[in-house]
Amino acid sequence: MNVALKREELPKGEQGFLARFEGLRGRLPGDRAVRDAAAAAFREAGLPTLRDEAWKYTNLRQVAETSFSEPLTEFADCAPLLARLPALDGSRLVFMDGRFRPDLSTVPAHARVATFAEQPDFGALARPDRHPLVALNTMLAEDGVIVEVPAGVDAGLLQLISLAADAHGRPVAFHPRHAIRLAPDARLVLLEMSVGEGGYLHNPVTEIEVGEGATLLHVRLQDEGRVCRTEIHARLTGPHGIVHLNGAQLLGGRQHSDFTTVVAHDAPHCASRQTVKNVLAGRSRGVFQGRIEVARVAQKTDGYQMNQALLLSPEAEVDSKPELEIFADDVKCSHGATVGELDPEQLFYLRTRGIPEPEARSILVRAFLAEALDLIDNEPVRDVLDRLVESWWEKQAA
Amino acid sequence: MLEIRGLTATVDGKEILRGIDLTVPTGEVHAIMGPNGSGKSTLSYVLAGREGYEVTGGSATFDGRDLLSLEPEERAALGLFLAFQYPVELPGVGNANFLRTALNATRRARGESELDAVQFLKLARAETKRLSMPDDMLKRNVNVGFSGGEKKRNEVLQMALLRPRLAILDETDSGLDIDALKIVADGVNAQRGPDFSALVITHYQRLLEHIVPDRVHVLANGRIIRSGGPELAHELEAKGYAGMVAEAA
Repeated sequence: MNVALKREELPKGEQGFLARFEGLRGRLPGDRAVRDAAAAAFREAGLPTLRDEAWKYTNLRQVAETSFSEPLTEFADCAPLLARLPALDGSRLVFMDGRFRPDLSTVPAHARVATFAEQPDFGALARPDRHPLVALNTMLAEDGVIVEVPAGVDAGLLQLISLAADAHGRPVAFHPRHAIRLAPDARLVLLEMSVGEGGYLHNPVTEIEVGEGATLLHVRLQDEGRVCRTEIHARLTGPHGIVHLNGAQLLGGRQHSDFTTVVAHDAPHCASRQTVKNVLAGRSRGVFQGRIEVARVAQKTDGYQMNQALLLSPEAEVDSKPELEIFADDVKCSHGATVGELDPEQLFYLRTRGIPEPEARSILVRAFLAEALDLIDNEPVRDVLDRLVESWWEKQAA
Repeated sequence: MLEIRGLTATVDGKEILRGIDLTVPTGEVHAIMGPNGSGKSTLSYVLAGREGYEVTGGSATFDGRDLLSLEPEERAALGLFLAFQYPVELPGVGNANFLRTALNATRRARGESELDAVQFLKLARAETKRLSMPDDMLKRNVNVGFSGGEKKRNEVLQMALLRPRLAILDETDSGLDIDALKIVADGVNAQRGPDFSALVITHYQRLLEHIVPDRVHVLANGRIIRSGGPELAHELEAKGYAGMVAEAA
């Protein structure tokens, strides 16, 4: 007899997500069939465990056992969170608990912007049937942003800001869905900044498409809440496209942050670059999983990945998992990882110049992270990093 | 003034300083000469407060304050400055930012007002000009990609800006050609005055032609074996370290 094995008792967290989907089902934007398929996939697969290869490093047990509350976005005071980020000129799209806040946003002049809530668009790169957290996102995504830069247009610097807070001490979860598309010869610098307070699950999925000759520079700066899993799926669709996916994450306490990227080279002569920097204090854990897929046609692909971590505590941990899947025979792909502590000699040098130890440490942390921002030639952007490190540092010292 | 009495110190359990006695009065420049491995650099690191250098006995005071119980930054705030033999590279840290942070930290500690970016740059440009340093050295990362001579000039630039009351120059002459040596020496001589003392640590007599010391001390095997006037440096040049160590034994 052939009986399909049913997962009998779902963990509390999974039940909660499914119940939330049932409750919202009629009101969620977008194709209901896509949602239902994602829900079925999620019900079937459940939250991944450490036994799943892609989840070896991220233990979601605490998520599985948590009952998440509705975000209290309407009542949340964004000002203190927003104040952690200095005001930069130019356009910015602000989200609070995963919901777009037009009152805080300035839409870019040279790109087409729509919200997911108004124009739901699931894209085709992230696969709910393969990735349980993509399934969760696809099932419950309520908002997000779709940015399209027309052919030949340089859209300049766009900030994508995510603010988040728990619901008066109770954990919340949100699953924004973003899409960034660059038409041929378009250019965009996307500075994504996430800051938050308290216990929440931030589970964004971003799809990126870069057309022929187009360039996307994406830098993600993060000082976040309890658990964050960021999944980015990027695809280079035409020759000579360039995509940079850099990240600088600051982690402390018991925070967990997982940055997972898949870059698909589907055309020849394209370049992808990823420089991911982690600073970890307390008992935090950082994960970077970067996958590069090079299709048979994608000759002369130039792919590069570097994951570097600075451990400020013996109990912090970082994991790095590069994956290369290459079907073309004339490509250049490399990856590397380093883990280190603050250099005592550098620290001593700074202190002999009268700089107190905490300040000396903070200078070295900023210097370490700065490389992730090197590709953005913009002085105010570097100030953003200074501010983020400063506020993070105060939190660690408290 | 600096007063060192019976100072002993170990590195990795090995005794390097075996009882140093040394007094540098305010306003004087003293030279410490010695062969490799005599403990010259250890002495400078112990005075600056480097970790891993364990003081096992004796004392070192600066204007009567116990130096050895202070953190490196507290020693700097008192007016102690160490010019490193091997200046440390700080990738990702801009030189101007570094210098301004150090200067303002020092000014804060002394109860002086901090300088804003404009005031600082004016001051820094005047000093770089005096040291024949190109302006872009302020824009580059601290010591990254600097030649040996540029690194040493950058040390002297820091000293000129921080205006210490006691500077320890650890083999500041090593790796310098004669032009750079003169520039560095001029930078040190410009600081000389009734409130400035220096301990010039060197292997060769050459530097002391340009920075003429009030006193010269010879360090060997972790002890000062001879002290004298500037002429001692010439005697050392003639006899060599081996000769002098043999004489003292």
